[in-house]
Amino acid sequence: MLSVAIIDYGVGNLFSLKSSLAAIGVTARVTADEREIAAADRIILPGVGAFGDAAAKLRDSGLAEVVKREAAAGKPILGICLGMQLLFEKSFEYGEHEGLGLIKGEIRPIADVIDKGLKIPHIGWNALHFGEKKHPLFRYLKEGDCVYFVHSYYATRCKDSVIATAEYSAELTAAVASGNVCGCQFHPEKSGNAGLSILRAFCEGEVATC
Amino acid sequence: MITKRIIPCLDVKDGRVVKGVNFEGLSDVSSPVELARYYSENGADELVFYDITASVEKRALFTDILREVASTIFIPLTVGGGINTLEDFDRVLKCGADKVSVNSGAIRNPALISAAAERYGDQCVVLSVDVKRVDGVFRVFAKGGRENTGMEAISWIRRCVEAGAGEVVVNSIDTDGVKGGFDLPLLREVCDAVSVPVIASGGAGSANDFIKLFHTIPQVDAGLAASIFHFGEVRIKDLKQQMAAESIPVRL
Repeated sequence: MLSVAIIDYGVGNLFSLKSSLAAIGVTARVTADEREIAAADRIILPGVGAFGDAAAKLRDSGLAEVVKREAAAGKPILGICLGMQLLFEKSFEYGEHEGLGLIKGEIRPIADVIDKGLKIPHIGWNALHFGEKKHPLFRYLKEGDCVYFVHSYYATRCKDSVIATAEYSAELTAAVASGNVCGCQFHPEKSGNAGLSILRAFCEGEVATC
Repeated sequence: MITKRIIPCLDVKDGRVVKGVNFEGLSDVSSPVELARYYSENGADELVFYDITASVEKRALFTDILREVASTIFIPLTVGGGINTLEDFDRVLKCGADKVSVNSGAIRNPALISAAAERYGDQCVVLSVDVKRVDGVFRVFAKGGRENTGMEAISWIRRCVEAGAGEVVVNSIDTDGVKGGFDLPLLREVCDAVSVPVIASGGAGSANDFIKLFHTIPQVDAGLAASIFHFGEVRIKDLKQQMAAESIPVRL
């Protein structure tokens, strides 16, 4: 059976993520063990909280290097929410912080691009738009299906890797992929059946560039 | 576009849903887990659980149920009732809650909001406030609406949002149970005062009340109700279809 390693670097609540994978019949291990991560078929990088703090924890624990190595070896990796943002080169959340650099681009406040008067964070269910080509991660979804977002920062300067967007007066990056590395700004583990189908697609398919 | 959320609220006492319900295909009408699954499969965007268990000893029952709900239902879960300390936050978050709602706990100790927001993030802290007009002034009531705190409601809400509450559930005691519609004047004042999501509660009697709410005050993010959903007077699926037909953005 396929195994998933959920990277445990001391941030966030992983109860729902683990349960959602169990619900689609996938055994997930929350782990910081290098060998377990190397042995897993898939890696999920979760995360809530602030970028700088999370990036430091990932670096200090040595897990940043482990994730980078596995990414280079071609293992499918999915970052979720802050976990997606950490895949990028840098973030401007309270200062300037370096990310893993697995996906080109940077993280900036959504306040820079959305209309004044709109609420921050961008919180709630919003529709996904896929553009011309639908990435295999969304093979079970249709244009306009809704997923659950909670975020105040967004990924930008990453045109080549955007695979889904959500409209919030501006077009916000909702998901990205670059080869075997992909990420969702929203929470698939809180997005009902639509979210479960994304996790299923990640766990069963070949994750490749489209 | 972000959609308007429809949120059923479940009162849980000693591990059972308090208000009786009767839906087709629901074998146990007072099982929180079954009811939560039913709502999740029928269009609810989020669920709110209030623990109204009186005794501390029986609190463990509630977290067991929460854990079971969170292992089978994958939409956002908000938990409230008896949240007085950071340990209470911790207790329910570990069992799968995404957001924690504070009401009397924040009135007793306003520092709870900032402490929780600092530890878990603003998005995790929901202020729930019971409001009633007294001599024409909106006042905050405590203890499930039984006790007038004397505090003016709008300034209390503003103060809690400044301290880090990431969402506000506004429950109008004046309209609650009347089924004559949401308290639009109150909700408008709250929306003008804060920039975080506002969830309207108290007064919904029909689908039209939700439509009127979102048309009159587009800044309101969500509508919450209990008995009209529990008794099947309003089906969430039908409600959302009607909202969509009225050009209100919803998740179908």
